[in-house]
Amino acid sequence: MTERSPDIDTPKIDAVAAPAKPVPPAEEIPLLRIQGVSKTFGSFPAVDRLSLDIRAGEFFALLGPSGCGKTTLLRMLAGFETPDEGRILLGGRDIAPVLPHERPVNMMFQNYALFPHLSVRDNIAFGLKRAGMARAAIDTRLAEMVALVKLEGMEKRKPDQLSGGQRQRVALARSLARRPKVLLLDEPLAALDKKLRESTQQELMELQRRLGMTFIVVTHDQEEAMTMANRIGVMNAGRLEQVATPRDLYEAPASRWVAEFVGDVNLFDGEVTSHEHHRLTIATRDGGAIVVAVPRQLVAKSPVSVAVRPEKVRLSRPGPVSDAANAQPINRLEGVVTDVGYLGGSSVYKVKLDSGAVVRSSMANTARLDIDTLGAGQRVVAWFTPDDCVVLEQ
Amino acid sequence: MSTRRIFAQPARYAAIAPYLWMVLFFLVPFGFVLKISLSQTAIAQPPYVPVFDFAEGWAAINAAFAQLSMDNFRLLVSDNLYLSSYLRSLIVAVASTLILLLIGYPIAYGMARLPQRWQAIAMMLVIVPFWTSFLIRIYAWINILQHDGLLNTVLLALHLVSAPVVWLSTDTAMYIGIVYSYLPFMILPLYATLSKMDPALLEAASDLGASPQQAFWLVTFPLSLPGVGAGALLCFIPIVGEFVIPDLLAGSGSMMIGQTLWLEFFTNKDWPVAAAAAVALLVLLVLPLLLYDRLQRRTLEGGR
Amino acid sequence: MARKVNRLSPFNVTALALGVAFLYLPIMILVIYSFNASRLVTVWGGWSLRWYQEFFNDRAMLDAAWMSLRVAAVSATIATLLGTLAAVGLVRGERFRGRSLFSGMLYAPLVMPEVISGLSLLLLFVALNAERGFWTVTIAHTTLTMCFVTVVVQSRLASLDRSLEEAAMDLGCDPVQAFLSVTLPLIIPAIAAGWMLAFTLSLDDVVIASFTTGPGSATLPIRIYSEVRLGVKPEINAICTMVIALIAVVIVIASLASKLSSAKAESAAPL
Repeated sequence: MTERSPDIDTPKIDAVAAPAKPVPPAEEIPLLRIQGVSKTFGSFPAVDRLSLDIRAGEFFALLGPSGCGKTTLLRMLAGFETPDEGRILLGGRDIAPVLPHERPVNMMFQNYALFPHLSVRDNIAFGLKRAGMARAAIDTRLAEMVALVKLEGMEKRKPDQLSGGQRQRVALARSLARRPKVLLLDEPLAALDKKLRESTQQELMELQRRLGMTFIVVTHDQEEAMTMANRIGVMNAGRLEQVATPRDLYEAPASRWVAEFVGDVNLFDGEVTSHEHHRLTIATRDGGAIVVAVPRQLVAKSPVSVAVRPEKVRLSRPGPVSDAANAQPINRLEGVVTDVGYLGGSSVYKVKLDSGAVVRSSMANTARLDIDTLGAGQRVVAWFTPDDCVVLEQ
Repeated sequence: MSTRRIFAQPARYAAIAPYLWMVLFFLVPFGFVLKISLSQTAIAQPPYVPVFDFAEGWAAINAAFAQLSMDNFRLLVSDNLYLSSYLRSLIVAVASTLILLLIGYPIAYGMARLPQRWQAIAMMLVIVPFWTSFLIRIYAWINILQHDGLLNTVLLALHLVSAPVVWLSTDTAMYIGIVYSYLPFMILPLYATLSKMDPALLEAASDLGASPQQAFWLVTFPLSLPGVGAGALLCFIPIVGEFVIPDLLAGSGSMMIGQTLWLEFFTNKDWPVAAAAAVALLVLLVLPLLLYDRLQRRTLEGGR
Repeated sequence: MARKVNRLSPFNVTALALGVAFLYLPIMILVIYSFNASRLVTVWGGWSLRWYQEFFNDRAMLDAAWMSLRVAAVSATIATLLGTLAAVGLVRGERFRGRSLFSGMLYAPLVMPEVISGLSLLLLFVALNAERGFWTVTIAHTTLTMCFVTVVVQSRLASLDRSLEEAAMDLGCDPVQAFLSVTLPLIIPAIAAGWMLAFTLSLDDVVIASFTTGPGSATLPIRIYSEVRLGVKPEINAICTMVIALIAVVIVIASLASKLSSAKAESAAPL
């Protein structure tokens, strides 16, 4: 097979091809607009009046617990389910009534759904043949795809003669071969073991950047979503809880639910008592007070919750806390270490505060031989700054 | 709408041809059985007086309904021959099903406990005889059971009997034939449920203090009841209407309903009575058939 | 020592051994006696092909065998076609009006006493004034055996991963193309098994054939049946052995074909 430019297509395929461009600016019209889409199974609302815009060239992740409706949403984008209400606009055209085989969208299935009776070659070429592509063009595209997913020499094998990782690549190549405007990936890495999953994450990201294609991935694995995606939509009970970049999702969760779902968090419930000099003071239920930086959006309702990530909670032996940025007041909570979980790179400490609440703190194990480690029974001060806190409505 | 629905439309078109076929060659014929069971016997060809003629339209049909006769059914109820053959069919079917269960269960249980590789072979061994002709299998037993057959030769040689035993034309021979023919039908559903059972269940039972016997009766057997039901129905229903086995192996004394029907039809040429016997047989089987239908649908279309 | 509870006990082994012996001994005895030179069953007269020769000189038997083979081949083929379509309708058709009637009509004949099926079909043929013979028997056998084909194909189809069809549609197939290019190749083994089952069931049937055939067109089982009623005849042993051999050949070819196709797939791999 000769090396030819990947741009030699039949006209029919051209219509399907996506523009190869870097991530475009946000003000462009979104490639995919989901507007007020609902889907009910029996009496169970799987997706509930959900709206979402996805820009061309984005790597978007739908994250949520199982049963939150993320797979149903993906299947509606692929055309396997039709929304009960709402519109799905792809490039300005409503594709809700378009059948799956007529959509410029392809899907990589969770179990890969490789055709067991067809070779690797025929699996990848399947969609190209359906598109009526010429033989020579199919061969070119096939060689390109096989090289892309590094499966050279495997073309004649059947799916059951491949390893899990190889099968995953065939599925990827098959869904990419038609150059869809949007590639949908349903838990693409769930069937791989941990090591392979990490390297494949990198490969997927690289591939997406190189092809400039729009990827929408469904996953229940937050690390995976954080690593790969430009933006993440967190779904719960058929609705989007928050759409944000991985950083914002973690550092500025929009709700108590998101704060608890993404990563680990300490929550303090209380009432706002004062608001001055860019500071809020919150009286917690257990009788203490926490000072927090004023949130971007002012909290209208009281009671509230204060969320602090464990790695923001530092522990010190009792006594004055020496902090370089001591210009601001510090929240100090005293208690006793009850439990230490050694995780290798870091350790998680459980501290029972004098007020009765339990706070978790995660600290890096920076020194190999630490004679000064904190053990169970040790009295400590747990402290964090007002900027470490996020105020959430309850 | 979902992909299921997208596929449903063409799939329904696919069902049209077999649907029409089954209506024409399965459902409509029952209409004829019903109709003829209600008509008068005649010495003619075909040997019955048609109750109505489709060509004459509604008037004729109305007139025909006036002529419908329950005579054949009255005969079935009043004549001892029919009542006793119904009764015998039921007794034979119940007894055979019980024997099949007693023989089939240990075999299926043993199969389910074989190492995985051997299970496939055992499965083949059970299915293969089912592929060889049913008639041939009955005939094989006639070879063995006849007066100077193998069984008597062996028994005489071992001095277990002093004179040849009459095996053929007895109920014993018939039961042997029925058990032999229907054994795979009993084993396969039993094996299907037993092999699906999680071995950890028995380990858990013994861990909790049950002896192997207790574990069997408290765990294995209750869980295998769906298989027992499927196997029992799969055997019971056809045995009730069995014709060939009792005809070849049992004595000529009392007949099963299938034999009576055959006799009325082929020997006495009394089609209306034969049809009435068929209707009555069907009524007898309505309940088990409905049960079987539900079971089939549950297993084949389950999980919806 | 919880493992112990799942081990094979002597009781299990005995049950299996007796079961296999019970299933196979009678057939083996029949086969052996078909080669007996003596007419008497008790006397072993040495090995001989005498009874096979007798069969090949028996014009009526040969005609019946030919008739049976034709009926079996034609009815199995039609039954496979209709049964596969019925399975597709039942598994993929979702809910439609008359579905319960349809599945009821397809499951009932599996256990329906043959005397009823035979009688009812005969009454239909008489009412239609159809000439009884090859075609009436073929239609009757098709009706019975297509239900078995339906069950075999249906269970395979129901266990098939539906995401395969979705993947085919995602890659540009309409539902019919998806069925033909993905589903059909995957259920072919079940369809072939269905055909074989239909073929052997047709070759086996006495009762329905007796009702639906006409004078002068007896099938082989009808002939065997009428001979058997009169007692054991060595020639019947020979015929039965040949039928068993024919069925064994069909089974062996089928299993070889499935092994061959999987072996071919393996040899295609470079490693």
